[in-house]
Amino acid sequence: MSRTSILDWSIQPPYLHTPYVATVRRAPHHPLIPLASSLAERTGPVYGEGDLGPLDHDLTRNAAKNGEPVGERIIVHGQVLDESGRPVPRTLIEIWQANAAGRYIHKNDQHEAPLDPNFVGAGRVLTNERGEYTFITIRPGAYPWKNHPNAWRPAHIHFSLIGQNFTQRLVTQMYFPGDPLLQYDPIYNGIPNIKAKERLIACFDLEHTRPEWALGYRFDIVLAGRDQTYFEGGR
Amino acid sequence: MKLQSPSQTVGPFFHYGLLPGDAHILADESTWGEPIWIRGRVLDGDGEPVEDALLEIWQADAQGYFAHPADPHHLRADPNFRGFGRSGTAGAGFAFRTIKPGVIPQMAVPFINVRVFARGMLVHAVTRLYFSDHDNAADPVFAAIAPARQKTLLALRTEAPGGVVYRWDVRLQGPDETVFFDLHG
Repeated sequence: MSRTSILDWSIQPPYLHTPYVATVRRAPHHPLIPLASSLAERTGPVYGEGDLGPLDHDLTRNAAKNGEPVGERIIVHGQVLDESGRPVPRTLIEIWQANAAGRYIHKNDQHEAPLDPNFVGAGRVLTNERGEYTFITIRPGAYPWKNHPNAWRPAHIHFSLIGQNFTQRLVTQMYFPGDPLLQYDPIYNGIPNIKAKERLIACFDLEHTRPEWALGYRFDIVLAGRDQTYFEGGR
Repeated sequence: MKLQSPSQTVGPFFHYGLLPGDAHILADESTWGEPIWIRGRVLDGDGEPVEDALLEIWQADAQGYFAHPADPHHLRADPNFRGFGRSGTAGAGFAFRTIKPGVIPQMAVPFINVRVFARGMLVHAVTRLYFSDHDNAADPVFAAIAPARQKTLLALRTEAPGGVVYRWDVRLQGPDETVFFDLHG
């Protein structure tokens, strides 16, 4: 069980994954150089409640102009842990996503699907003392991209986690259970390990549905690292 | 042991999620230290600018202290400096307004930790920026890198009308591919 790389390269995707065409000119070719953690890696940015607005976690309201966004309202919640199963408290999670029609508000998104005047598709939250978080949003639509003929991204929500220090940083995507597009997606299939792939599929969570209002999904996230004790006992 | 969650690409549409406000401005007049700009481009294997990359930097304050509880000096760190910034690369490339970090106690030279995210990168890349006006051979990480590749980590100090600018390009591939690190525990 000796592993010195903080990232587990048996489950992390490689830089070069030729079915995902954009990796071909952007993948570093040289082997990575080992870097033992110094104070510069054992530290990282610290955020507090003062960094967040009251509606940052609720994408159905944080950009509303004259009504609610169109689409299926969902509650996405989960727990952030490290590899030893310890909760990661007070870490910043940022999400961004397409709207229900599969359109990003970004100016470079050329997909011919409608924008939603009441939806930007970005949110932020801090995990609580138990590493838990909750977002309220709209289920994003699938959308086409130009990687290969008739390519479609499965519905997904982008997740960014700061973690407790420089080594714990993670940017990933949450997918939905039963999505038939997953099997064709070169980004999802860049993950070399079936168990790790399953980590990125949220579970439908009947207990966290809100009756007559929204369906619930649970998405737990495991950050790299096994011995993060700096925040223990509060600060 | 839990299986760590795998990384996925940041994709091309991260701006609304990850670049709110002035994420590239780390310092203002109240921040201690020498104000600097860091400017450069991310280049792909054809030498073409990558316009949809995202850089993150993490650095010490002007005294070499981090605003994080793992640093024994964190209570004396500059209260007006978090030390973290982000910049996209659309148009002219990335730009950070920050201060030159101090030397971390027991280390030899200042440096900045850098992460690169982009569409086409399923997992981010980690590198370091060192400053051209220091004797970086005194730093064991820098000194251990093959001499021909050391220059890929060197930001070049220039004096411009708006102040000091360190110029530094990140090359994802090619003959001058930037040195990228694998963080070890």
